[in-house]
Amino acid sequence: MSLDYVKFSNGFEKFMPKEYRDMVEHGPFGRKVTVSQMGSFKEVLEEHPMCAGCAMTLFIRLAMIAFPNPEDTITVGTAGCGRLAISQAAIPFVYGNYGDQNGVASGLSRGLRLRFGDKPKDVVVMAGDGGTADIGLQQVLHSWFRKERFTTIMLDNEVYGNTGGQESGMTNKGAVLKMAPLGKKFEKMDMVQLAKVAGCAYVATVVPNNPRRVESVIKKAVLVAREIGPSYIQAYTSCNIEYAIPTDKVMEDAKAVENDRYQFMEYVSEEAKQYLTERYGYKEFLAKQAAPAASISGKA
Amino acid sequence: MSETEIKTNPQGDPITSVAAPKVDGKKDPHAEAKRQRVVTPEYMFFEAPRTREFITGSEAAKEAIRRSNVDLAIAYPITPQSETMQLVGVLYGEGYVKEYYRGEEEVGVMAAIAGGSRAGVRCFTATAGPGTLRGLEGIASWPGHRLPAVAMFTCRVVNAPLAIQPDNIEVAYLLNCGMIVFHAENQQDMFDFIMAGFVISEKNDVTLPVGVCCDGFFVTHARGYVRMQDRGIKLPPRDPWRGAVPVLDAENPPARLSRDAPVQKSNFMAYNIHAVWQQEVWAAVERSRKYINRYMGGLLSAENVENADAVIIASGSAAAQSREAVRLCKEKGLNVGLIKIRSLRPFPTKELRELCGNVKLIVVPEFNYVGWLAKEVATAIYGYSKAKIIGGPRVYGGQSMPVELIVDEVESGLTGKKSTNVAMSQIMGGAVSPDEVAHFMRSI
Repeated sequence: MSLDYVKFSNGFEKFMPKEYRDMVEHGPFGRKVTVSQMGSFKEVLEEHPMCAGCAMTLFIRLAMIAFPNPEDTITVGTAGCGRLAISQAAIPFVYGNYGDQNGVASGLSRGLRLRFGDKPKDVVVMAGDGGTADIGLQQVLHSWFRKERFTTIMLDNEVYGNTGGQESGMTNKGAVLKMAPLGKKFEKMDMVQLAKVAGCAYVATVVPNNPRRVESVIKKAVLVAREIGPSYIQAYTSCNIEYAIPTDKVMEDAKAVENDRYQFMEYVSEEAKQYLTERYGYKEFLAKQAAPAASISGKA
Repeated sequence: MSETEIKTNPQGDPITSVAAPKVDGKKDPHAEAKRQRVVTPEYMFFEAPRTREFITGSEAAKEAIRRSNVDLAIAYPITPQSETMQLVGVLYGEGYVKEYYRGEEEVGVMAAIAGGSRAGVRCFTATAGPGTLRGLEGIASWPGHRLPAVAMFTCRVVNAPLAIQPDNIEVAYLLNCGMIVFHAENQQDMFDFIMAGFVISEKNDVTLPVGVCCDGFFVTHARGYVRMQDRGIKLPPRDPWRGAVPVLDAENPPARLSRDAPVQKSNFMAYNIHAVWQQEVWAAVERSRKYINRYMGGLLSAENVENADAVIIASGSAAAQSREAVRLCKEKGLNVGLIKIRSLRPFPTKELRELCGNVKLIVVPEFNYVGWLAKEVATAIYGYSKAKIIGGPRVYGGQSMPVELIVDEVESGLTGKKSTNVAMSQIMGGAVSPDEVAHFMRSI
């Protein structure tokens, strides 16, 4: 996006709502912001109708701060809790049909490449575990097999939250939920492994209680998808309503789940490592002997 | 065609679905495509000289795409599918289509068409029968999302038991989507309607998808003469900046708004927003009339309707059969007219009311069981014509339509001669004769 679009036309400043003026004067467009600066700039996502204590909302906020070029990013989603927040952000959002997000993103990213060539236009899919692993699985997998160059982020709350707490493929075995009155009878789907097999160039799991790590993986995933290939991030974003997690215990739960089944995992293809290192100066993928002792990721 | 060497199959037919052209290192396979010149739609449709080729409907669609400046085409080889999308693949190899891939299945294909159209590029796909119904959730959402695109439906059966034969029942499902729907009679219509479809679809006050239907096999696989412009010219590209709704390219001022706003709240405003949205989609369908009149010569064409004893109203392949039926009727001394409907959405209601005011008998032959066209015609002229409407004859499941069936209905309608081809329940208007009902009941 030309940053001229973000500026006011002469004489119109005083007529613009405060909300918009703040976005122009203190927003993230055209400058680098980090999660450690939260509170000192206007975020693209602030107001939203999500439940109190929702970890998914925190994750979405962090992810949007981490977008390397928020002014040239388009998000794509589907039905689920997440889109209630994503659609409130000052970033164009595509809300299509049920589970079609990776199909839409395929056409969208190819179309944008036709029109804008090498100029980055980042397409980021953010959908829930039901949208990604159940109803949308076919389009998700095929977009990976086709090496579509966009990022897929699963907001995994391990339940159909928006429809009132039904079992999803990402629910843990044994969990008692609606539509699983005797407990879920099969294992949580291994989408991470599927992503690797299907050819994603960057795969990571993450929980929202480590903002810098969220920022780091999102940035890498979006950058890799620009030129190398599909990237997948699976984020644990608990549903404190359906799993009855007290609001003040949401982060504790995230920590417990991180230790149980959401240990940080990052897979980077050799090509993606080389690209991140050479193009964006990431030092963490250099050979051990060449890497400095404390390399800092997240530069973009 | 300009190819110097035409490969043929053992039957001697040209093989048209060959792979991308060979690259010999010297000749640019895209050279011819790169030399294509953009012309205005007016020049393309009305002034450009045309030459005649004897080609299949799928080849006619391919040639239309060659001249339509298509950016993104997405294919899926469903059985039953025509050759169309693989021929478009050849165009991709030759550089006439900029981007192309084989999708996973129709749900994914229709979603990706929606994505491409949102990105601001010109999109095309084709499907048929079960593929249409599989993709229908996506297709039915395109108008609401205000996505210009052209989709071709080469109609086949959709009902169980599974079959692959021609039958245009799927048109009934497309009519209420909010998209513009044309019905091609022959290969020439296929060619013309697709090209006009892109232009009409992208008009600022329309901004809707266009579906171009034809009857599978009869049009797609059979050959007919098609008059085509030179392949060195093409339509202007889509101009996304002029769109009625912003394209999703992040080139607009940021706002906390979603173009595809979810209006799922249970309150009056949400209902109202959705209601107004639907009204606007159908208003846009109405606004397309002037462009259909301009670029396609009208929503219908009428031959010999004034002073005719009876009029046959048909669309698609049924129109071709009806034309022959009109000729046979003339030999029998019956003065019969023909109305061929090109556009099903918008429907030529006003035109039919004007044309059918004094008509006494209307026969509506169709290639489907349910008779969607007869219902459309009856609804359109109700109160404006006292004509007896015979909703038939109908063939389906792959049957072809002997013209004698149509002639039979014209004769029985005009003379009172008994017919058992059309159920009494499908005869509308006119006076009901108890004897005819009794005759029909005995015959079933």
